[in-house]
Amino acid sequence: MKDASSPTPPMAIDLRGISKSFGTVQANKDIYFSVPQGTIHGIVGENGAGKSTLMSILYGFYEADSGEIYIDGKLTRIRNSTDAIAAGIGMVHQHFMLVENFTVLENIILGAESGAMLSRSIADATTEAERLEEEFGLHVDLHARIDEIPVGQQQRVETIKALYRGARILILDEPTGVLTPQEADQLFDILRSLRDKGVTVIIITHKLREIMDLTDNVSVMRQGQIVANVKTSETSKEELAELMVGRKIRMDLDKTAADPKETLIEIKHLGLIDEQQIKRLEDITFEVHSGEIVGIAGVSGNGQSELLEILSGMRPCSKGEAHINGLTITPSQHSNPGEVRHASIAHVPEDRLKRGLIPRFSAGESAILGYHNNPEYNGAILSKAEAIKKHCLHLMDAFDVRPNHPALKSANFSGGNQQKLILAREMDPDPKVLLVGQPTRGVDIGAIEFIHKQIIAMRDRGSAVLLVSGELDELISLADRIVVMFDGRIVGEVNAAEADERTLGLMMANAHQEDEYKEATHG
Amino acid sequence: MAKTKQPLPAWADIILIPLINLFIAFAVSSIIIYLIGENPFEAFKVMIEGAFGTSEGIGYTLYYATNFIFTGLAVAIAFHAMLFNIGGEGQAYIGGLGVAVALLALDGILPFWALFPIAIIAGMLFGAAWAAIPAYLQAYRGSHIVITTIMFNFIAANLMVYLLVNIFIVPGSMTPESRVFTENAQLPFMHEMLGWIGIQISESPLNLSFIVALVVSILFWIYVWHTRWGYATRAVGFSESAAEYAGIDPKKIIMVTMLISGGLAGLAGLNEVMGVQHKLMLDFVAGYGFTGIAVALMGRNHPVGIILSSILFGALFQGGAELAFEMPAISKEMVFVIQGLIILFSGALAYMSKPWLERFFSLFVGDNSSEMEVA
Amino acid sequence: MEFALTDILSILAATIRVSTPLIFAAMAGIFSERSGIVDISLEGKLLAGAFAAASVAAVTGSPWLGLLAAIVVNMLLSLIHGFASITHNGDQVVSGVAINIIVSGLTVVLGMAWFHRAGQTPTLPSDARFMPIHLPGTEALSHIPILGDIYTKLISGHNLLVYVAFLSVAVTWWVLFKTRFGLRLRAVGENPNAVDTAGISVAFLRYRAVLIAGILTGIGGTYISIAQNASFIRDMSAGQGYIALAAMIFGKWKPLPAMFACFLFGFLDALAMRLQGVSLPYVGEIPVQFIQASPYILTVILLAGFVGRAVAPKADGVPYVKER
Repeated sequence: MKDASSPTPPMAIDLRGISKSFGTVQANKDIYFSVPQGTIHGIVGENGAGKSTLMSILYGFYEADSGEIYIDGKLTRIRNSTDAIAAGIGMVHQHFMLVENFTVLENIILGAESGAMLSRSIADATTEAERLEEEFGLHVDLHARIDEIPVGQQQRVETIKALYRGARILILDEPTGVLTPQEADQLFDILRSLRDKGVTVIIITHKLREIMDLTDNVSVMRQGQIVANVKTSETSKEELAELMVGRKIRMDLDKTAADPKETLIEIKHLGLIDEQQIKRLEDITFEVHSGEIVGIAGVSGNGQSELLEILSGMRPCSKGEAHINGLTITPSQHSNPGEVRHASIAHVPEDRLKRGLIPRFSAGESAILGYHNNPEYNGAILSKAEAIKKHCLHLMDAFDVRPNHPALKSANFSGGNQQKLILAREMDPDPKVLLVGQPTRGVDIGAIEFIHKQIIAMRDRGSAVLLVSGELDELISLADRIVVMFDGRIVGEVNAAEADERTLGLMMANAHQEDEYKEATHG
Repeated sequence: MAKTKQPLPAWADIILIPLINLFIAFAVSSIIIYLIGENPFEAFKVMIEGAFGTSEGIGYTLYYATNFIFTGLAVAIAFHAMLFNIGGEGQAYIGGLGVAVALLALDGILPFWALFPIAIIAGMLFGAAWAAIPAYLQAYRGSHIVITTIMFNFIAANLMVYLLVNIFIVPGSMTPESRVFTENAQLPFMHEMLGWIGIQISESPLNLSFIVALVVSILFWIYVWHTRWGYATRAVGFSESAAEYAGIDPKKIIMVTMLISGGLAGLAGLNEVMGVQHKLMLDFVAGYGFTGIAVALMGRNHPVGIILSSILFGALFQGGAELAFEMPAISKEMVFVIQGLIILFSGALAYMSKPWLERFFSLFVGDNSSEMEVA
Repeated sequence: MEFALTDILSILAATIRVSTPLIFAAMAGIFSERSGIVDISLEGKLLAGAFAAASVAAVTGSPWLGLLAAIVVNMLLSLIHGFASITHNGDQVVSGVAINIIVSGLTVVLGMAWFHRAGQTPTLPSDARFMPIHLPGTEALSHIPILGDIYTKLISGHNLLVYVAFLSVAVTWWVLFKTRFGLRLRAVGENPNAVDTAGISVAFLRYRAVLIAGILTGIGGTYISIAQNASFIRDMSAGQGYIALAAMIFGKWKPLPAMFACFLFGFLDALAMRLQGVSLPYVGEIPVQFIQASPYILTVILLAGFVGRAVAPKADGVPYVKER
């Protein structure tokens, strides 16, 4: 029997059986989870675990293929942002949805104006924004232009925007990715006071410290599924890390121990400050020797891509130096991809469709990308079509690329075969140094094993391999040493033979040092 | 069941879609002709007969096509690097200036066989020079090339008026035209050349530059698809990020490609100035630069397509003149309407029919696969 | 030779007359491009408006019906442009070029079919045109030196549409910066994602923007054929749409600066007419073509970023594709 006088309040959000796929990729699979009103709920998971897709479904960017959404106990259909806003859902996107040359106030009222004239909207919004400032500590100069205020304040504008539209459920997608630690702390204070006023907060993050500090409950996602729903007070960082990465079966690779010889990559105090004056890399120092694979672990966006770009000559650095197989890169001495290739340094880029090949080129044309000026493919004027075709067939044969049709468009190959073609192209000249980014992202199991074997064979022939990967099991099984990057810095190095996913996961979240720090101060 | 869209077969993409677009453009044109009170079928019959019915008509058709091949190739090479060169008009105009300058200076001194290559080079150089500033501004200062090339069209038009009125005009004459080149500085007409080998055709402005246009089309094909420079150009056009990865400098490619583009447009000046008018005069470009956009869009930036669509447009221009003569209610500007409609439907609305076609084709593919499953 | 006050006033009055269609087209361009739709068919729309106005005024004898026709025709052209570039994400420049070419041909074809003259409409009697109007108090004020001249020769004596042009600048400014619609319009040209996530339709906003551009170019075209002139003549827009485009860029997509750019370009044009064959002290005779080309040259220099920087709305010319 139900007691009508004191009903338990309905869940703010209740998702039942949400599934969503993009083509053959299942991004969300049969998701069930619910969030009580007035709580902070964390969603953690590795990149590509399906967190952002799930939240996009909740905010109406995508519609789920199946499943039901209940908001405050009511079945709600969310087809677009308007529906989401009407249901009381607000979202702070990872990439802010702000008009940069508008003032803060103008951004707040956009789409939520009080009438056809701006003056009234501005007056209303000023009052309301000042109230929100008072109540939640959301301080920001209402008349400043967005492009003139720091990122932390821009994020507050996003929060105010959501609240101004009457949001009772606030979703934040990786909110601290762009914030300094101090700004992050301020954000957490704001979120707590929102919760205390009855707002339901969902925060997506991969940083376990934040989850432990902030949330009441946490859901862990892995490969499109929710693998755990737990109370934060009843779990630990270690347990979450384990749930996040999962216990993956290590692949047996028949790898012999490394036999490192001379130093081929030597990086000293390398730093990078980008065009927006944001520090991307700081004080990177490490070496890679001949006959050795060094893996770089880290959640994407912590400087690994920038490091690869500098070493491959695609962008200049702003501090320090790098010596790769006789080539020197310093802030004053730039290199370029052509020079790098000439120094027997090969580069398998992280993004195969944007950089690794040209989808609209034939496979034959993609097979000489970067080597297209080589004399073996060119006469005085004409390029040697026959030689290019023969070379492509040779690569396809060596790396088992199917179908072996050089005239077929690169886009028409499967991801695994595209990747094998790129690897074949870069490994065929037998380079002294191989820079590899995400070699098996989106590649089927069979191809993964093949690619791993090829990289190890490269090492055994005496090359130095620098491997950037988001897959921990790949790093552990392939690399000899693993360097962990966080926030543009190297936060640790482990011997791959002794590494396990849990400790690596903690290092990637930069949680291990804090523990040590806390132990040191409290102990 | 997953609702995956079937990609269209290649032949549908290359042949069927352009034909559908062309058909829509002609259908709309027919409606306009009908509304004017004429019979569209009659009108097209008159145009086709006018363009292909006599050797004179064919001559005119191919003479117009010569200009369109040059300006079409000019637009196409820029498209291969993802650049929109809307300045073919001005580049052709200035290219013609280059041809005239060379010929006026040298026609009393050099024989034809020397003047011919000099005129080609002068036309290309002047056209390229006119494209150089917009190219530089796009590559190194980020100014949008569409706007700057439009501006350069108008600057060219004013410059030419000034030069003709103040410099090239024959003293004492009232018409702003240069003197006529001597005969050794005129390209032979096709009817003359064929006459030398005993073939008699009617007189028309078709001249040696048509052959030049065909040769240039072959060179274009070789450059774009069979040299490392063309490879780099297409790499930049398809994917700037991949080009950077491959060590190709997009800025350099923008410069080189636009210079070639301007040079190709400049050759339209060769046809008009050295081939037909034999003097420098006002407005000899007459919109050919803009027609080049239509030709490139319809010809899918490939020389074979460009030659075919140039002949189509040549036929339109020639047939349109005939049409105005036969049906006084329709003026020859009807061809501009058709041309604009072709640009609209095979350019801006090129893929309007694609979703329908995909649905249409997936019907068949669906049938096939189920048959295969049964078998 | 000496320039008296009357000379200066007559050049300035000519400047206003020449600038009027530029202002309408520039404001149209601002609406369109602020919403993210590049519109190089301003030229074609001016021409289409001119033809529609002159034709309908010739048939009905009413300038007002002519104006209405021009507006309707140009809104239709705007819909075509919108259909290609908003609904089908087509190339906005290609669509604009197509419209320009279609209009330049169709006006001649229809003129021939309807009026049997090669690209012309019949000459209009004055009651079928917008004629100069004299503002109140011209008589009384004309005796006051200087001020009286300025009032009677410069401010008064234009046709209605000239005053509408000035009004359109104020209205454009007001709509863009003082209304909800304007706020959303400016937002969609800068960051359509922000507009979409705020629950506003990007496509509907952009359609309204290009339709307004249709209305404004319709008035501009009407001015050219039945106020400034007494009939339609083929290609009578003569590049004014492109000059307006240049003025819009020169004015950095802002109504008031764009209006002053129109005046600057109009003044150059008026000056060119005046200076034809006149030798100036020190500089000698300035080639009239140089003055005529100067709006384009100035715009290129501005675009090159050597004097100030003309930054277009961020999403200008980029089709909005929602799937990410």
